[in-house]
Amino acid sequence: MSEKTLVQAINDGLRVALKNHPDVLIMGEDVGKNGGVFRATEGLWEEFGDDRVIDTPLAEAGIVGTALGMAINGLRPVAEIQFMGFIYPGFEQIVSHAARLRTRTQGAYPASIVIRAPYGGGIRAPELHCDSTESLFVHTPGLKVVVPSTPYDAKGLLLASIADPDPVIFLEPMRLYRSVRGEVPEEEYQVPIGKARMVREGEDVTILAWGAMVPVAEKAAEEWSDKGVSCEVIDLRSLYPLDEETIITSVEKTGHVVIVHEAPRTAGVGAELTALINEQAFLWLEAPITRVTGYDVPVPMFALEDDFLPNPKRVSQAIEKVISF
Amino acid sequence: MRHIDPGLQYIQPNGELTAEGRVVWEEIDPQLRLDFYRWMVKVRLFDRRSIVLQRQGRIGTYAPLEGQEAAQVGSALALTTLDWIFPSYREHGVAMIAGMPLDRILLYWMGRVEGNLAPEGVRLLPPAVPIATQLPHATGAAWAAKLKQEPSVSVAYFGDGATSEGDFHEALNFAGVFNLPVIFFCQNNHYAISVPFSRQSATLTVAEKAAAYAMDGIRVDGNDVLAVYDVMAQAVQRARNGGGPTLIEAVTYRRGAHTTADDPSRYRDEQEAQEWIKYRDPLDRYRKLLHAEGMLSEAEERLWEETCKQELEEAVRAAESAPAPPASHLFAHVFEELTVSQRRQLEELNRGEGNDKDE
Ligand SMILES: Cc1ncc(C[n+]2csc(CCOP(=O)(O)OP(=O)(O)O)c2C)c(N)n1
Repeated sequence: MSEKTLVQAINDGLRVALKNHPDVLIMGEDVGKNGGVFRATEGLWEEFGDDRVIDTPLAEAGIVGTALGMAINGLRPVAEIQFMGFIYPGFEQIVSHAARLRTRTQGAYPASIVIRAPYGGGIRAPELHCDSTESLFVHTPGLKVVVPSTPYDAKGLLLASIADPDPVIFLEPMRLYRSVRGEVPEEEYQVPIGKARMVREGEDVTILAWGAMVPVAEKAAEEWSDKGVSCEVIDLRSLYPLDEETIITSVEKTGHVVIVHEAPRTAGVGAELTALINEQAFLWLEAPITRVTGYDVPVPMFALEDDFLPNPKRVSQAIEKVISF
Repeated sequence: MRHIDPGLQYIQPNGELTAEGRVVWEEIDPQLRLDFYRWMVKVRLFDRRSIVLQRQGRIGTYAPLEGQEAAQVGSALALTTLDWIFPSYREHGVAMIAGMPLDRILLYWMGRVEGNLAPEGVRLLPPAVPIATQLPHATGAAWAAKLKQEPSVSVAYFGDGATSEGDFHEALNFAGVFNLPVIFFCQNNHYAISVPFSRQSATLTVAEKAAAYAMDGIRVDGNDVLAVYDVMAQAVQRARNGGGPTLIEAVTYRRGAHTTADDPSRYRDEQEAQEWIKYRDPLDRYRKLLHAEGMLSEAEERLWEETCKQELEEAVRAAESAPAPPASHLFAHVFEELTVSQRRQLEELNRGEGNDKDE
């Protein structure tokens, strides 16, 4: 065990995968000599060489499409998209091919690729670097979508994603890259895809969050705990498939739900969660489910970023709203 | 190994004109000769000031351009206010010449959306952040000009890395097929962040890619402001006269980091950078020429630098005192009219739900 930041844990997960699995390789823009713009692949090119840690031309359709071709021919590529906001040239390859290759070939070619992408706001990054478009991928059948919020989960989920026979979109909250630290085992281990993490148990309100919104939710939960309201905070970790059991069990206990995501509200993952809870736990609800989200506007340039992103105060107000209903 | 075309050069690195360069030099307006110098100095000082502002936390991550002044100044001065410009994020020099006020350029780097909009009458679009995405727009604007029989020309500015994206191919292909008045101006500064051009392309030059679209491809010394200007002026004229598109490759070098968040020592030989700085600097070369021609004295240089610095300080003051927009500005320009869901969300925001600033 050693203490690592989230980005160090990802680096460690990639190193372990390259070391233990000769069919794994890393490809993307600036991932080699430069070690990645966030240093997620630091030292790997030096250690594993140019055939396993590959600086590609600047072309996301090329990166995703060739990664898929490699997977078809037996390799397990981990492709890095430098920022999620630049994934769109590769979107066609993801949606039209990666997501449905298994279906179209009746299982002959399962498309075992991992696409890593830093995402989300909160670091005053330039325009178009801060979007949270996870719902585009969650909405695409055939893709798994995961988001770690701790170093332990980052490494374990990454190794599970690489081992997974299906395509996984692996989203890395930039804001947490260096702001969270935690113990990370040295060896290979997996955090199963499809399992949520219980961040904090509580009796009165269920708060569902992922990525950089987990610490925001925790902060609001703490404030209310001083006032005698106990919030259960669940880090979904896996947006598709969802850990329905953990979510529903919690809602049946608390009867109050707040969902927090930084993506715009309309058709965000919160909408799906709301529908799921309605379908499966309607009779346990004591108040309407409340969403705290980004607004239905393009993610702003950073001068207005703090006005766009959910913060503990907004989550706190939502908690008040559901318990006083 | 194939011979690499060094690119058209009129002003040699020692400041001397080539024979061909001398002819061009004599033909251009003396005022333009001074303008080249003045703009290159202003652009460089702006760039250096911006890096300091970033270090002081007064602007956000910034993309420096030092070393690329001749490519930007030479090309932009060949355009008129009729022409459309579709820049990437490193073209502050082009933006200034097109008519973008300095304080607005700074506002952009302060994360303010107001910094995206050029003044009325300036046909300059916001910097395209996703690589190569602006190229099809330039093609489209040129297409419209052709359909409307307007004499305007469109220019897309981009880097060598952009040539790897599909958008590059599609934009050039349309331009070739429809014979459009568009110029694709590539500043080949040798790196896309850390990735050298040899990792972008198996061809040795960008210019030769033009052959695939049946358009002219020209490689020019991008640190030679006169050659860049001349090549660009010819391409503009050809486009205006119905001669179709041109791909220009200006060979240059990014002296500093990709952005203020980047550390070039991780991937670039310091010796290589030093060579470009010492022997191939666009401004040094041009200064030498002006001195030799008796067009510039050291006193005039200092005076101009002072003038630029004052203008810059005023721009910094103006940008820093530009009143911050309220949170509701998030909704201001998404649609012509707010939608139902937006109206509800804006009400939430206005009720103080979500505004952390009063804490
Ligand atoms: C589609 C897309 N992919 C990745 C990025 C991240 N990125 C920003 S700049 C850059 C390198 C661009 O290099 P080049 O086109 O040569 O222009 P330069 O920065 O050298 O001016 C990369 C990879 C991006 N902005 N857009």
